Amino acid sequence: MQHSDPEITIVGGGLVGLSVALGLLSAGRRVRVLDGADGDARASQGNFGLIWGQGKGWNFAPYANWTMDALAAWPGFARQLKELSGIDVALDQSGGYEFFTDSAEMAGFAAQLEQQAAHLNDRASFEILTGDDLRSQLGGIGPKVVGASFSPRDGHVNPLRFLRALRCSVHVLGGCVTMGATVSTITPQPDGGFLLTLANGQSLGAEIVVLCAGLGSTALARGLGFDTQVRPQRGELLITEKLGDRLPFLSSTIRQVDEGGIQIGGTKAETGMDDSESLDVMAGLARHAVTVFPALEGVRVVRAWGALRVMSPDGYPVYAKSAAHPGAFLVTCHSGVTLAPLHASVLAEWILNTSPTPDMEAFDERRFALSHAA
Amino acid sequence: MTDVDLIVIGAGPAGMSAAAVAARSGLRVLMLDEQPQAGGQIYRNVAQNQGRRSWLGTAYAQGAGLVEALEHPNIELLSGATVWKVDKGPRVTWSRGGASQTSSAAHVLLATGAQERPVPFPGWTLPGVMPAGAAQILMKTAGMLPQNAVLAGSGPLLYLVAAQMIDAGCAPQALVETQTTRGLLGAMRHLPRAMFGAATLLKGLGLIAKIRRAGVPRYTAASDFRATAERSGDIRFSFRAAGEAQSLTCGLLLTHQGVVPGTHITRAAGISHSWNKDQGAYQPECDRWGATNQPGLHTAGDGTGIGGAEAAAAAGELTALNILRQLGKCDADARDQRAASPRAALFRARAIRPFLDAAYAPPAEILAPADDTIVCRCEEVSAGAVRQAIGEGPHGHRQIKTSLRCGMGPCQGRMCDATLRGLLSAEAKGNHPITPPRARSPIKPIALGEMAALSPIKEDPA
Amino acid sequence: MSVASRFRTLPDTGDCVQFYLDDLPVTAPAGVTLAAALLAHSGDWTRQTAQGAPRTAFCMMGICFDCLVNVNGTPNTQACMTPVREGMVVRRQLGLRSLNGGQHD
Repeated sequence: MQHSDPEITIVGGGLVGLSVALGLLSAGRRVRVLDGADGDARASQGNFGLIWGQGKGWNFAPYANWTMDALAAWPGFARQLKELSGIDVALDQSGGYEFFTDSAEMAGFAAQLEQQAAHLNDRASFEILTGDDLRSQLGGIGPKVVGASFSPRDGHVNPLRFLRALRCSVHVLGGCVTMGATVSTITPQPDGGFLLTLANGQSLGAEIVVLCAGLGSTALARGLGFDTQVRPQRGELLITEKLGDRLPFLSSTIRQVDEGGIQIGGTKAETGMDDSESLDVMAGLARHAVTVFPALEGVRVVRAWGALRVMSPDGYPVYAKSAAHPGAFLVTCHSGVTLAPLHASVLAEWILNTSPTPDMEAFDERRFALSHAA
Repeated sequence: MTDVDLIVIGAGPAGMSAAAVAARSGLRVLMLDEQPQAGGQIYRNVAQNQGRRSWLGTAYAQGAGLVEALEHPNIELLSGATVWKVDKGPRVTWSRGGASQTSSAAHVLLATGAQERPVPFPGWTLPGVMPAGAAQILMKTAGMLPQNAVLAGSGPLLYLVAAQMIDAGCAPQALVETQTTRGLLGAMRHLPRAMFGAATLLKGLGLIAKIRRAGVPRYTAASDFRATAERSGDIRFSFRAAGEAQSLTCGLLLTHQGVVPGTHITRAAGISHSWNKDQGAYQPECDRWGATNQPGLHTAGDGTGIGGAEAAAAAGELTALNILRQLGKCDADARDQRAASPRAALFRARAIRPFLDAAYAPPAEILAPADDTIVCRCEEVSAGAVRQAIGEGPHGHRQIKTSLRCGMGPCQGRMCDATLRGLLSAEAKGNHPITPPRARSPIKPIALGEMAALSPIKEDPA
Repeated sequence: MSVASRFRTLPDTGDCVQFYLDDLPVTAPAGVTLAAALLAHSGDWTRQTAQGAPRTAFCMMGICFDCLVNVNGTPNTQACMTPVREGMVVRRQLGLRSLNGGQHD
């Protein structure tokens, strides 16, 4: 049975699923979100909260522009969340650094930034600073730091408050979020629509399905006619005791959460679904932190953990409509924080096929087939 | 120490007993204990108290023998050593004197014991409110006697501390006990088994008799605990008992609702855990020798399940015997022969547990306290906030933790995991299974500089 | 300190040491933990939480982190895991620590 205004079922209640839900609800549609179990991988609970642009899409112009659009949209998005949920997500976009202790590495990254800037037609700016510039601008940067890049619109948000604000906002707009509703299979029906079977045995019918299940997507994607396979990539983090004074900078590897603890992270390892914390990485992260900012030496780590990023084959987002089964959509990325404002607006238009429809072709999964063929 | 065969973490009765058995059979043992002297909590400071503080009792004094047995050339005891990570290998990372290092051995015994169950109620965070066991530690380590104290809660430790205070000349003002007659009657079905530990039962009755002779008032079936601070700093403790509102003013309110295994280290080491519904606590899964599902990792003592000091010593012996067998130092028959006596001791020591667990089970209002109670002491999160978050949908420890920061402070949930589980159990809609919360290293806070000095990782050469 | 100690200390511990609590000298038995020494000295709070709530040592066994004080310039030090020493400089922990080891005001 076709509705003129069918309910949209979103599989996955993390940052991506909830952002998409918010966008669709704001467009006046009915939305339900099926979220998994407390013990699932849940990348949304293990991230840094970065809103980061520098270097993104240096060799893929659509992503460079998509990211820049997201950065520009964040202030308005934060305001929308505040109005809907009452929660302030502590958005801070005062700019961010990437610190380097190796000159060759810094030169390599600077070249990437040049390429990114070319894709962006001057929409973005960045600065390269020498170690001495840094030490005179920012008190406390360590002597082994040879330099840094700085991008004025990078920033961060409180990731856990952001998640809570999203959940709240979706609720306020009438979206229904069910937790502990892990989806085992999605079967396209002969007359259109889909049958979802939950892990608890329950069955649900859906006319439109948007797959936002992170690492859980691969298992479900195939049945919907998608080829994309995402893989886990482990990032490890340290979090310290809270400090009353503020760190004078934000970097992609060292940031201070608004409650005061310092987060240190940014590692990448292919370890399958193993999200355990490892001693050598922990020690390496600690070494990085005290190298960049020696005053951190006496600050205590209260917890280390690992979390699994959701990586597509080339690391860029996938926004795909199923050709074989119209009504099925796939949304996956590893920058669910940065891209959230667009997931909550442009992507809704794309799903609803409004006029004019945003052009998401570049992010379709067909690019993988094309690159294979090339 | 080169070529260590066994690393024992925790120098309480289980660890001490295991180390002695292992050392006497030729194993080289490295003991790591974070306190300044061996003894664990139950025998805290026992070697230093020989010949004094006799009011602590003879059962306590007997712990000195276990400490003495550590004087063996095969045992190296490092006190003030805090273990903060246990990895596959097994490999242990520990901190001492501000520096960390790693040590590996074929076998590691996790014998870090128990902690008091948190007893949350409005006002429990005030200066002047402490666990009864903490006051006992002060008596043992610093000769400090609680002045004008009220003991509140339930469980054998309450009676023991009361008796020790009476013998030391500072009797408590009152005992306010939460166990009910109905609960005690329900526990009676375990009495036949408890008879195997008749000596312990009699000791308990002796403590209660001492308390009665000293004329200490006792309230039972107490509930609705609430503490406020007077201007003088005294604690005004209000509660209900015998159907009436009651109120006592005291200098110190000492609370207790039993002990639970400390499972941070075992959870962080990847050992599987299950819920013991009789004791209302998680415990690591292990076989009857204390071997766990992680190769080379063993566990014994109260950290495995509450049984008391004698049970812990017997379990430590059994675990050591099994490790000797695994290392080929004895065959299975020899192990089983030597195990007969400690296994019998373990049975006798544990026999009274079902009765105690049933008679002195913590009341519902402690497991799921009133809204205006602080649940997470570190992050100051109230029970009301937790209930509200549960109502918003999250149904597991992790999601409550990430919504509210409950459990994200330096204590890493040691003071609030139990309460969080109690609230989830009471409030969460639907039949979602509650799984043991994840524990992560470092299991105690470690300075960045100290952690950095470990990079790159090298084995402990010493 | 306006609140007297909630404990009576038995005179069976031998030598004494002197340490400083917020610049004032305090005598304590040698060989006890700093937390014990602080509780023996006074019943008042020794730390304030981030929200200003008063706390003192609680569990005495290193797991609750309520006994945090600043010892010789190192903030957030567990007093119950620190033996008291002659000349130790102790400050009550007021809210969050600062980066450089002092107090954050």
